[in-house]
Order: sequence, then structure tokens, then C-alpha cells
Amino acid sequence: MSEKKPALWLRIYTFLVYAYIYIPILILIIFSFNKQKLNIRWEGFTLQWYEKLFNDHQVLLATRNTLLIAVISTLVATVIGTMAALALQRYHFPGYGASETLMYIPIVIPEVVMGISLLAFFSLIKFQLGLATITLSHIAFNIPFVALVVRARLHGFDKSIEEASMDLGANELTTFWRVTLPTIMPGVLSGAMLALTLSLDDYVITYFTAGPGSTTLPLRIFSMVRFTVTPEVNALSALWVAVVFVILFISEYAQRRRA
Amino acid sequence: MNTARVPDKTTRRFSLTKTLRESPVAQGLFLMGPTNTYLIVFMVIPLILVTVLSFMSRGTYGEVVYKFNIESYIRLFDPLYAKILGYSLLVGFLTTVLSLVIGYPMAYYIARAPARQRSLLLFLILLPFWTNFIIRIYAWIMILRSSGFLNSFLQWIGVIHEPLNILYTPTAVLIGMVYEFLPFMVLPLYTSLEKIENAQLEAAADLGAPPWKAFLRVTLPLSVPGMIAGTILVFIPAMGMFVVPDLMGGAKTMLIGNVIRNQFLTARDWPFGAAASMLLMLLTMVFTLYYTRKAGFGEELLI
Amino acid sequence: MKKYRIVTLFILLALLLVACGGQKASNVLNLYAWSEYVPQGLLDDFTAQTGIKVNYDTYSSNEELLAKLQAGASGYDVIIPSDYTVAIMIKQGMLEELDHSKIPNFANLDPRFTNPEFDPGDKYTVPYQWGTTGLAYDKTKAPFEPKSWADLWDPAFANSLVVLDDGREIIGVVLQTLGYDKNTTDPAQLDEAKQKFLELMPNIRLFDSDSPQSALLNGEAWAGIMWNGNAALAYMENPDIVYICPEEGCGVWFDNLAIPKNAPHMDAALAFINYVLSPEASVMITEEFPYSSPNTAGLEYLKTYDADLYRSYMDFSATNPSAEFLAHATPIRDVGDATTLYDRIWTEVKGE
Repeated sequence: MSEKKPALWLRIYTFLVYAYIYIPILILIIFSFNKQKLNIRWEGFTLQWYEKLFNDHQVLLATRNTLLIAVISTLVATVIGTMAALALQRYHFPGYGASETLMYIPIVIPEVVMGISLLAFFSLIKFQLGLATITLSHIAFNIPFVALVVRARLHGFDKSIEEASMDLGANELTTFWRVTLPTIMPGVLSGAMLALTLSLDDYVITYFTAGPGSTTLPLRIFSMVRFTVTPEVNALSALWVAVVFVILFISEYAQRRRA
Repeated sequence: MNTARVPDKTTRRFSLTKTLRESPVAQGLFLMGPTNTYLIVFMVIPLILVTVLSFMSRGTYGEVVYKFNIESYIRLFDPLYAKILGYSLLVGFLTTVLSLVIGYPMAYYIARAPARQRSLLLFLILLPFWTNFIIRIYAWIMILRSSGFLNSFLQWIGVIHEPLNILYTPTAVLIGMVYEFLPFMVLPLYTSLEKIENAQLEAAADLGAPPWKAFLRVTLPLSVPGMIAGTILVFIPAMGMFVVPDLMGGAKTMLIGNVIRNQFLTARDWPFGAAASMLLMLLTMVFTLYYTRKAGFGEELLI
Repeated sequence: MKKYRIVTLFILLALLLVACGGQKASNVLNLYAWSEYVPQGLLDDFTAQTGIKVNYDTYSSNEELLAKLQAGASGYDVIIPSDYTVAIMIKQGMLEELDHSKIPNFANLDPRFTNPEFDPGDKYTVPYQWGTTGLAYDKTKAPFEPKSWADLWDPAFANSLVVLDDGREIIGVVLQTLGYDKNTTDPAQLDEAKQKFLELMPNIRLFDSDSPQSALLNGEAWAGIMWNGNAALAYMENPDIVYICPEEGCGVWFDNLAIPKNAPHMDAALAFINYVLSPEASVMITEEFPYSSPNTAGLEYLKTYDADLYRSYMDFSATNPSAEFLAHATPIRDVGDATTLYDRIWTEVKGE
């Protein structure tokens, strides 16, 4: 795009939109240090809510669950999704069209419908609701997103390096492992990051498939917002933002170092 | 392919791997297999189940009675549900339009920014998206409450004297929805806009077009794929949302998502909830088919 | 390469967390109860005494409890259903019979609350807390002091009411306003109630069963329909809050501890129930969630433990309703097939 300086109004406008995006988060963070319990007026600086947070057994359990589910579902979905992307991008086989459509359905289906259908399904086969059901559900919606991202990255992929590798005597598996995979790795990692985010943030589908002792952070935060309404929620939010910021910062930094 | 009919174990096993190696079709199927299997089990079957459920009846205390019955669908024809559906469509539509209007200039700005600034700007849009969705809604509740920041601020600078009643109204719901969906609109728009070649704009200028005309005739039409992708990413989820109306609308506004949720987890009328889900899915599919026929699906969605 | 390392690091970190956080299955109790109902202190004390860790999942209504259990969320050990829900659950065979030999603290309970009509012989449940559903308002903010439910329909209350997100409770109030039995199964009466309910909608600012007192306290609402505990919590923060049983009548309810069928940790469940009935636990509940306590030993203990709290408990209509208050209070009862009608009204009015 042109390098001409954009108009002043456009710059101001964009700044305002960023403000709209960030001000709520800033307020949230500031008030996590507020002495007053009801989150209405500022009464003084304190770290008590953070302390309360670390002693909150339910929150710690929820954090553990959320991470466990996210990591497992991301790993599985990334493997399966990458395979699907390779299949769709490079091969022709009977049922190609149907497979492609099938794969994209979880993206367009409303979350609430997916959630209730999984609830009905697990209920029918009498599979107890809990961590397992949540993870299985997360994998289901993650696969298409991973596949989508990897497919896009596969677009400009030059097959000749694979052919070269085979000419040099490597078999298919070695070629895949040593040549193809490293080349598409950035795409695969992007897909994995996306899957991780979607899993960490998921509320609706988790809400329908959760069971005893399998509460996740989004569910817990929702409960806290509904009834506790102490700055403990703000503290949790602030921490979450901080952690995310650090992770993204590290990954951006790592990318930059690579380049 | 193996022609010798030798019933020898080692030979047969060898031919399977050989088939996999030599036949691209086999490779394709092998790679696609897990996805298909997984999704058939955890998506197709549940959805079929929902379809079947929608034709069942409800027992006295909310159990599902396996008796065929189209009563749920008949109930859906009640004008009340047409209203709820209409309202949901309206919310989806407004959210989409507002996101588009607010997001377009922003995407434009980022697309035209110097290359090194661009990734930072995009990162800044993505960052809140990475924080938890409920947290962000809670932040808005804090701001929009009667005793919240917006009101305190406006009263402090003297613009108003009585707090504005924003929270728990449809306005609050819209503010929340747009806030949630803005990144989904901005990113595809940006992708589309970024691809527009300088050369085309220069050509337009050379042919004597003023900047606004160049925008209307060149930039805007070329960014349509982005707009379509953004619309799909915003409209469909927005239609089925129930969390934002619940939290910011005071559980007063009933959208189709709320109806479905309630049927499963409060009113316990699964057949009716299933029927409502079918309706929502139908709408979604119609919408998606219509739009993707116009402009395809894939790459605009990604960065 | 750096990216690989980061990824591997995260995976290891996550696995570490998993390993550290793993709980032994046998030392766990899964509690499924109302939000804002069981003090964390009580759970911690129970863990300290028995070594059993408690997972506390929450719901906001009896219907949600029923829905989740019917949908197959098995694995809960202790639940706290209300009176009419217990009746439904017993009919559907969803509860385990209690082994009273393991619950000696049962003797601490006020005999007025044992052997209730919804569970004769206390076969499946023991009382947890009881209370009323009434009208609460902030006397400094309300345009006038309401004396009856009908007052809430007054346009002066436009967009300023907070009401429970609970179909049976609210439709019950509407029926009482019309002079009908709040457990009626008459479709004509219910239809009238639906219309009347629609008329109330413009006055309702929000529906909230989790924390209706918050709206009263932060000024979003000036009055509302809520449970006594909510009103008491509000009163503790703001003495201008008043709680009454209106002229047409109000509600009374009894919540109970029960064990769902096939609970995985029966012994832990019984131990927990017994613990909750102890005077110390009872006092903890009253301190934090001031509903009405059915535990006489607990209240006796409270007299010496915290005399001030005892006095305010006794004085406030929310925690200690007078005989007159209770004379007008009706419980919600199971209405069998008519449940569908109530559910429909709820969906349809909220959808308008």
C-alpha cells in the first residue's frame, strides 16, 4: 500500500478506536488494586485481592483444568488438523468435497448449537461430563481452525524441495520429517497458537459439557462476575492480561530474532 | 499393486505400506481420515441426535420421551419466536454493520501504515482478544453501571446530572457485542486492503481520478472479499450469542441463543431446544452458502 | 529453533502443573450447590478436620440443578435442592437414601423442620437453611414505600426493579398479586398471570438470582423480589434496606442437603452432611449467608459465640421472620404436568 501519510482525522480516529478497546482493560487492572470491596469508588492501594486469589482453591483448580484441557486439545487438534490441511491442499481423493465441507462446519455452526448437541450426545451415551468431555469438545472445534491456518500457509509451498530430497535417496517419511515439516512449521505453530487461544477462552461449549470438579477459568470468571463482584475478579483479569502479554511479547521477540 | 495372489503375511503387509507410498489417493485418504472420523463422531452424530430430538416429546419433569411429535416445530411458528428470531437477526446485523463501519477506517489505516508499524498495530488489536472474553464484558459492566465510570465521569465534567441508564438495556448489549467482534472484522478487512497494489491506485490517479473516487472505484470493491469474510465471522456468532445479552442485558433480552440455552438448562424442554437449534442452523447455513457462493471462503480469513 | 523451545517449555510447564495439582480420587467431595450459599471457611474447616478436599460447583436455580443432573452430570456427591425439587427428585428416583446412623448431628435440628411434607421421614434429605421470598427495597431510593406486590407495578418503579431469575418464584408472586394460589395448575389462571407478568416487564431492570442485592446496593435497582438472605446481606451493608412480606403473601422455602443416586463418595458425603449440621458449621453459615437456620444447637451456640450477630439475626425480619410474616408465606409445590405451562410462560414473557 501507498506510503503516503494518512489523513489526520484517520489517525485520530484510529487512536480513539484503540482507546475504546483498551480503556476497559486498564480500568479493570487499576481497580484490582482498590481497597474498597464493592468496586465503586477508589479507596486506597492494596494487594489483598491478589493474595486472596492465590489462596482461592477453586480458582487454582480452574486454572489447572483450563491449562490441561488447552494443551491436550491443542496438541491433538494440531496433529490431526495439519494432516487434514496437507490432505486438502495437495491430494485428490474420493470424497474430497464432502471432507472439506465437513471440516468447515464447526467454524460456521453457532457455538450454542454445537454445545447443546455435544451435551445431548454425551448424555445419550451416558459418558460422564467432566474434563474428558470438555477436552473432546475442544478438539472438535479446534481441528478446522488449525487446518484453515495451515492450508493458507501451504499455498506457496514449493514441492521441488521434496522432490529433491527424494531424489537424494530419502524415503517419504524421512522427507516429511526433515524437509516438509520444518518448512511448514511456522504455519503449524500459528495454527496451534490459534487453537490454544480458542481453547483457553472458550465459554459456551465448555459451559454445556462441564461436570463435577471440571470447572475452567472462563466458567469460574463468569460465576465470579455474576456473584462475587469483589476486586478479586479484577485481580484475576489483570493477571491473565499480564500473562498473555508476556507470552505474546516473548513469541514476537522470538520471531524477530529468527528474522 | 500386488498381482501375485500369495497369501503370505509378510508380502501382504508390505503391499499396504507400498500402496500408501505409491498411491496419492491412499495418502490423501490416510491424512484426511482422522479428521473425518473425529468430526463424524463428535459433530455429525451429535447434530443428527439434535435433529432426532427435535421430533421427540418432553416428559413431565423434563425427561425426553421417545415419542414422535412435531409439536416443537409447531410452537416455533408462534409469532413470539418469529419476533425473537427477528430480534436476533437484527442484533447480528447491527453488530456486523457497526463493526464494519467502525473497523473499516481502522483496517485502512493499518494497511497503509509503514510495514514495521503494521505488525505492532495488529498485535495491539489482537492482545485484548487474547484476554478472556468474560473479563472484557465485566470491564464494560464496571464502566456502564449507574455508579460506573462513564456516569461518574460525565457527571463530574457536568455534562449530565442524573446517571444515564445504559447498563441492562439493548444499547449496552450492542456496545458489548461490537467490542467483542471488532477484531474479527478488522483482521480480514486488513488482509484484503493490504493486498491492494499501489500500482492500481497510481493508475487511477494517473487517469485523473481524485482520491475519494479512487477509493470508491478501486479500493472499496477490491476490499469486498475482506468485508464478506468479516461479515461471516461476525454475523453468525453474533446471532447465536447468549452470554452478552445475559450479562449486559440483565437477562432481559431473549435472543435465539438464550432460548436454546434455556430450553436445555432451565426449562428442560430438549425437543423444543433442539427444534430451535435446527432453525438457527438452517439460517446459518443459508447465510453461509449465499455468501460463500459470492466470494469463496479461505484465505481472506487469515493474516 | 527458539520457537520449538518455547513450545516445549510450555508443554513441560503444563504437565508439571498437572502433576502437582493431581488430587487423589478418594479424598475428594464434589459439592453442587447454590452460588453464595456454602462458606469457603466451612469447606476449609471440613478439609482440615477430615482431609477431604471439596470441589464446589454452583448453579443458580433448582431447574439448572435438575437439568444438569438429568443431562448426565453424574459424579456429584452432595446437592442442595429446594423443597419442591426434592419432591420431583424423589419421584424420579434421583436420590440416595440417607444412612442416619452416620448423621448423629441430626439431633441438632429444630423439629419444626424435620419430617417435612416433601420428604416424610427424612429418608433422603436433611434441612440446610430455610427462608422466605419477599419484597426488599431501599427506603431512601424507592419513590414510595411499597406495602404490596401490586405496588411494584406502579409506573413510579419503571426500570428500577431487580427480580429473581426464577420462573416459579416470580410467576408465584404474580399469581399471589392476582389473588390466586401460587401453585395453581389452572391454565386460565396461568394465562392471566402471563398477561399480568407482561405488564410488570417495563419495571424490571434486571433478572438476577445470583446476587440481586448487588443491584440494590449499587443503585441499579431501588426495589426487588429476592430471597431473605440476599436482603439480609444488603441490609448488612446498608441499613436503609427494608424487607417485608407484602399483603398478598410471600414465599417460604426449605433447602436441603441430599445425595444424588450413584454418588461416587458416599462416606465423604455423609461425613460432610453430619459436619454441616454441627453448631460450629451452622454458625459459619449464618455469619456469611444470613438465611434462616433450622439448627437449634447452632443458634444456641451463636448466642455465646457472637452475641451481636445473634441479636441482629433475631431482630431482622429477613433472618427471623415473625409468626405474622410466616402466616402469609406459601411454599412452592411441585405441580406435576403443569410445570411445562410455567416454563412456557417464563420463556415467552422474557422473550417479548
